[in-house]
Amino acid sequence: MSFFRTENIYKSYANHVALRDVSIEVEQGSVFGLLGPNGAGKTSLIRIINQITAPDKGQVILNGKPLSASDIRKIGYLPEERGLYKKMKVGEQAIYLAQLKGLSKTEAIKKLKYWFEKFEIIPWWDKKVEELSKGMQQKIQFIVTILHEPELLIFDEPFSGFDPINANLLKSEILALKEKGATIIFSTHNMDSVEEICDDIALINNSRKILSGSMKEVKQKFKTNRYEIAFNGDINGLELSLRHQYKILENKKEDDKTLLKLELVDPQLTSNNLIQSLLPIGDMISFNELIPSMNDIFIQVVQDNKKEGENE
Amino acid sequence: MSKIGIIIKREYLTRVVKKSFIIMTIIGPILMAALMIAPAYLAKMDDENVKEILVIDQTDAFSKYRLNNSYLTNYRLKKDSVPFDSTKMLIRRLPDSEKMKFHFLDKDMNLKEGKELLKKEQFYALLFIPKNLVIQPLLSLYSKKESNRNIISYVRSKLEEEITNQKLKAKGVDPEILSTTKTELEIATKIIQDDGQEKDSFTSVTMILSFAGGFLIYMFIFMYGSQVMRGVIEEKTSRIIEVIISSVKPFELMMGKIVGVAMVGLTQFVLWIILTFGIVTAVSFVMVDQSDLLVSTQSSSIMSHNQASSISSTSTPEDSEKMNAFVQQIDKFINSVNWVLILGSFVFYFLGGYLLYAALFAAIGSAVDAEADTQQFMMPITIPLILGLVMMQTVLDNPDGSLAFWGSIIPLTSPIIMMARIPFGVPVIELILSMGLLILAFIFFTWLSGKIYRVGILMYGKKVDYKELWKWIRHH
Repeated sequence: MSFFRTENIYKSYANHVALRDVSIEVEQGSVFGLLGPNGAGKTSLIRIINQITAPDKGQVILNGKPLSASDIRKIGYLPEERGLYKKMKVGEQAIYLAQLKGLSKTEAIKKLKYWFEKFEIIPWWDKKVEELSKGMQQKIQFIVTILHEPELLIFDEPFSGFDPINANLLKSEILALKEKGATIIFSTHNMDSVEEICDDIALINNSRKILSGSMKEVKQKFKTNRYEIAFNGDINGLELSLRHQYKILENKKEDDKTLLKLELVDPQLTSNNLIQSLLPIGDMISFNELIPSMNDIFIQVVQDNKKEGENE
Repeated sequence: MSKIGIIIKREYLTRVVKKSFIIMTIIGPILMAALMIAPAYLAKMDDENVKEILVIDQTDAFSKYRLNNSYLTNYRLKKDSVPFDSTKMLIRRLPDSEKMKFHFLDKDMNLKEGKELLKKEQFYALLFIPKNLVIQPLLSLYSKKESNRNIISYVRSKLEEEITNQKLKAKGVDPEILSTTKTELEIATKIIQDDGQEKDSFTSVTMILSFAGGFLIYMFIFMYGSQVMRGVIEEKTSRIIEVIISSVKPFELMMGKIVGVAMVGLTQFVLWIILTFGIVTAVSFVMVDQSDLLVSTQSSSIMSHNQASSISSTSTPEDSEKMNAFVQQIDKFINSVNWVLILGSFVFYFLGGYLLYAALFAAIGSAVDAEADTQQFMMPITIPLILGLVMMQTVLDNPDGSLAFWGSIIPLTSPIIMMARIPFGVPVIELILSMGLLILAFIFFTWLSGKIYRVGILMYGKKVDYKELWKWIRHH
């Protein structure tokens, strides 16, 4: 039984359809990547999960029950379009936002103190938000999102606006939250971070879910059975000995190395068979399976989807 | 505390600690008190200089006597000082007033010479009365600076009177007889109350009170309504809006802001009343003390003759008597007004009118990305408000007419118009009808605005028009 799921969500606005029959399932304590190009419908789905808007059809289930107003406290949301009151002091503002989530003032102050100390930003407490840099504001925003210790966290493009150091800090905090048992929905089109963080993903394009599953499954599905091999020195007669069983894609000499790219054509063959065939040829120095990156998969799936759409 | 309470508290506190609020709260009463006190002082401080005005009268109708030519030759010889012989200024139909003195030149003297004289000497102006004035009533007044309105209206009224007299004479009517038939009436206005008691009515002062009430409502609605709008735009442009509405419903946020700002308005209003009252009381104490003082110095000056003249030039016992009478009159007026009703209904109509319009202001704020884009949507809000203000002028002249009735019933103008009518007395049934409709209208507009608001706040970077707003109302 999944901790959180949406069932056949439909949503249309005055001018366009945002979501068509979108169902996702998120396991407790996992990080779920909600992927898709701009305008695919990710933000619409997230707004529905946050009860900012209601779906036209379908429902959202949290912990086995349909979502209700009291669940607001259980959810923490870092929107893509985010900001703070510029003229308000950092501390005051953080308390205000925490109170709106349902924390009492004393609770809020206690928790804020902890996080401000952890991030070493105590001196900011009485500063106005407009005096802080964009990155500093993002940190405050992050603290405010997780302060009430929500069971479900939703991060929409969390790394935008962070420098690499702070992005790393954020990444480790997100993983730490996962360790503590929080369930995380992570929406982005930055595929590198998806590979590092996510357990499962769903890809939304053109208001429909077009791909979903665990990271492993997805990668498996898009495996191309391609390998890259390097030999020491010049190897002659390479193609002659391999071309019967394998499709050779590339064969080039670089400095004192020979680089080879090939694909397994026969589904019966495994990488072990390949290595066996390679060993007699020469002095092998590396052997890699070419696994498609999430980025490649993303681009491929979206483009295929586009073609299908055109063919329809 | 409920979430809406938390929002109200923030909206209220962030505004009342702002410098602009504190400054307005202090300056407002000072301005109001100044408006109440200034006229009395200004009258006293008015320019005491007597304006010397030259007149070339070619008709010979206004001056029986003139300076003889010797004056002119005299002037030409001695340029530095022009000795005016006041005994030669004889009774004319353009008599001198307190502030003006007319010097008649030779009627044969031409305009050019007159101008020369004006330029070289300490005269204020030159009035040229052409020969054919009766046929072609056009005078010229030359002066070194912009002409003083008092002089223009004084000269005009005196000469109009004179020409009328001459025309009457020509038709065989003796102006003397006419003047004895002139009557001036004064009307003492009294109101008979339901219990049969009579009370003095103060039409002119009531009008001021009515106007002030209506105008204040207008001003407050605009001031605080646009504060709500700016607040909404701020939340939208700073992008905090999405963070907040993941915690509270958009409608709660909108109402929290509207109520919070309303409380700021009420705070300012109460502070204004207290401060204005304080300042006026303090100043009038000082003024009464002064007039008492003047009376006493006056009596003492009778004993010391040599001082008498200097003191009587600043004030006379008559002055202080007038002042006392005036103060008494004001006292009477203050006692005759039903302040509880007026202040009570002010608070009601301020809140009702404000709530109605603030919701619309919030809807506009939600539909745009920047304050500059609000123009096209502001029209439907500003028109009824300004219309209310314009109608108020007519309503003050006839507070029971049909314009006044409908203006004070229709909710878009009723806060302004009803406030203007109340000091004159309004039937209870009309008051209840007006208040009831205002409440209904405010509920309706808040509902309507809520629909626009919750879509608008999440729309970024989109040019919105009325058609789009209508879609939001219908589809969401």
